[in-house]
Amino acid sequence: MKPVIEFELILSIIIQSTWAMTPILLATLGEIFTERSGVVNIGLEGIMLLSAFIAVVVADKTVNPWMGVLAAVFMGAFIGAIHAFITVYLKGNHIISGIGINMFATGFVAYGIEVVWGVRGYYTPKYEAKVPRIPGLAVSPLFLISLVLVILFYLIIYKTDYGLRVRACGENPEAADVVGIPVEKTQFIATVIGAMLTGLAGAVLSIDWLAAITKELPAGRGFIALALVNFANWNPIYALGGSFLFGSLWTLTEYLKNVEAAKALIPLPLMNTIPYIATLLVVAGLIGRSRPPLYVGVPYQREQA
Amino acid sequence: MSASVKLEYVSYIGNVLLALITGLAIGAIIISWGGYDPISAYRGLFETSLNIADPYYLAMTLSYATPLMLTAATFAISARAGVFNIGAEGQVFMGALGAVVVASLKLPDQLYLPMALLLGILMGALWGLIAGLFKVLRNVNEVVVTIMLNWIAYWIVEYARIYVYYDRYRPEKTISMPRSGVLPVLVPGSELSASFIIALIVTIIIYLVLWRTRLGYSIRVVGIGLKTAKYAGINPGLTMLYVFIIGGMISGLAGALEICGRPPTYAITTGASNIAGLGFAGISVSLLGLNHPIFIIPASIIIGALNAGSRGMQIRAGVPLEMVKAVQGLIVIALAVPGFTYMLRKWRIRKALRGETGD
Repeated sequence: MKPVIEFELILSIIIQSTWAMTPILLATLGEIFTERSGVVNIGLEGIMLLSAFIAVVVADKTVNPWMGVLAAVFMGAFIGAIHAFITVYLKGNHIISGIGINMFATGFVAYGIEVVWGVRGYYTPKYEAKVPRIPGLAVSPLFLISLVLVILFYLIIYKTDYGLRVRACGENPEAADVVGIPVEKTQFIATVIGAMLTGLAGAVLSIDWLAAITKELPAGRGFIALALVNFANWNPIYALGGSFLFGSLWTLTEYLKNVEAAKALIPLPLMNTIPYIATLLVVAGLIGRSRPPLYVGVPYQREQA
Repeated sequence: MSASVKLEYVSYIGNVLLALITGLAIGAIIISWGGYDPISAYRGLFETSLNIADPYYLAMTLSYATPLMLTAATFAISARAGVFNIGAEGQVFMGALGAVVVASLKLPDQLYLPMALLLGILMGALWGLIAGLFKVLRNVNEVVVTIMLNWIAYWIVEYARIYVYYDRYRPEKTISMPRSGVLPVLVPGSELSASFIIALIVTIIIYLVLWRTRLGYSIRVVGIGLKTAKYAGINPGLTMLYVFIIGGMISGLAGALEICGRPPTYAITTGASNIAGLGFAGISVSLLGLNHPIFIIPASIIIGALNAGSRGMQIRAGVPLEMVKAVQGLIVIALAVPGFTYMLRKWRIRKALRGETGD
């Protein structure tokens, strides 16, 4: 065994991990921001899927991947606005709205694939519709953007007045209201922004990393992101570490699928369970250490005079 | 007093109707976006599901309602305890796998059916228990845990289907339940079997458990609040664990009944396609039925009709049948809105303030 090859292998796994971690990181980041304001959005999976779909539709039609990325972000904002309207203004149940979004997304995307391309279940976008890689580097520009967003959201949440106001709405909406913060408006905007990041995550899946669209494209990543929010203790910097952990785990699983010895030990379908089992173990091992925003998921209702 | 209870029910029914109308109306817009005719699509859908004139279609609707009633009961019993068990999907998978395992064994004829249902219930219960332990011992978000378990169950079933229990002559499915282990078909030619009656009985039992037993009382108190439960001398953790185990049993039974009671395959097909989606559809049934086992029965028939009629819609109007799932999602989103109830309550408060009503 030559050590040179080992090094190359590790490097390729790390590079592959940057791809696998990006969608999870973006969704986690978005949900951290949303939950900081007091809104829970478990519709991440559905938002990712709908955005991934619209990204392929637009990128394929315009032959411009960046239009696809933009469309995905808009779709995220749109679904986020619906969820925020229901939960923030109509005081609806956060979890039920999220479940509905996920169900709608699977049905709609399966239907949409057939309507738009006349095929059942699976479509691959044109090569020109895929986000180009950064010249000289094997990583995606969207990965670098997600790194910038981590720092940006860290600064927004902890170092700005606006971030303080968002956190106040999640920790104690009544007090926030008393000091004159428009609680409902702040929560609405935070939910929309969070969903925009999740929309971007969808574009990473469909026109950047996996370059395909199926009704099961996110494959639970939206819920893994939800678990990572907890794992990261609602802190963007920890989210970066958590997503890298999961990104490399996902990559390692794909790598093991091609190793004969591993295949002999664990049959292929069972290998697919690794990321999900890991998620369970990670969340079970680390909870208790983290603390959610106090009023997360509770509709804020002003006292009636 | 009774007038206010009645008003409450009226407002709930208003909510449900509003959600159904919203779902179907936005569905119609999506159908037109796809270039199809919404009127002929919905006509196709309801003529092949809720068609009083044709017992075949009615029987198909009831057969589609059967598993949904059970998966809805799983969600409902957890919702009554204040937790969101969305793991019925994986529990159905495990239950179906349990029945297939029994089908693969060499057994005396009369043992197939009871053993299949029993192993299905046990495997579903195991899957519910795992979720419950994560929730109770580690206080992990049950939504995340149950979704992860759904995916794990899916891949276990795929493994079993491809590597262990494949049909030697028809590789697109697993081994079928032997004829002696199959439930009788109620309407000849349709897929409606005695599993419908079993599901009805189980749903009523769940109602009795919730409202006529000590455990049911504990479940409902835990649903009001953990502090309330503690003051009432109820152990919330243990109660939640029961909720997950019972929920797993019901959905495991749903999976096993799909294998023993759905002609013509009596097996799991490629990609678990014939048992996929039952858990999630059950959530919409439960919400539509106000998480109440008795109301779940009509609600399961409504959603069952949508699913049963989706094929007719595809054949007659060309609309891809997945559309129906999108409509179900829209109905659930609409049901998250307390709108109607909320507005009614506001209106009543305003009326009370003006002194027009004295309650």
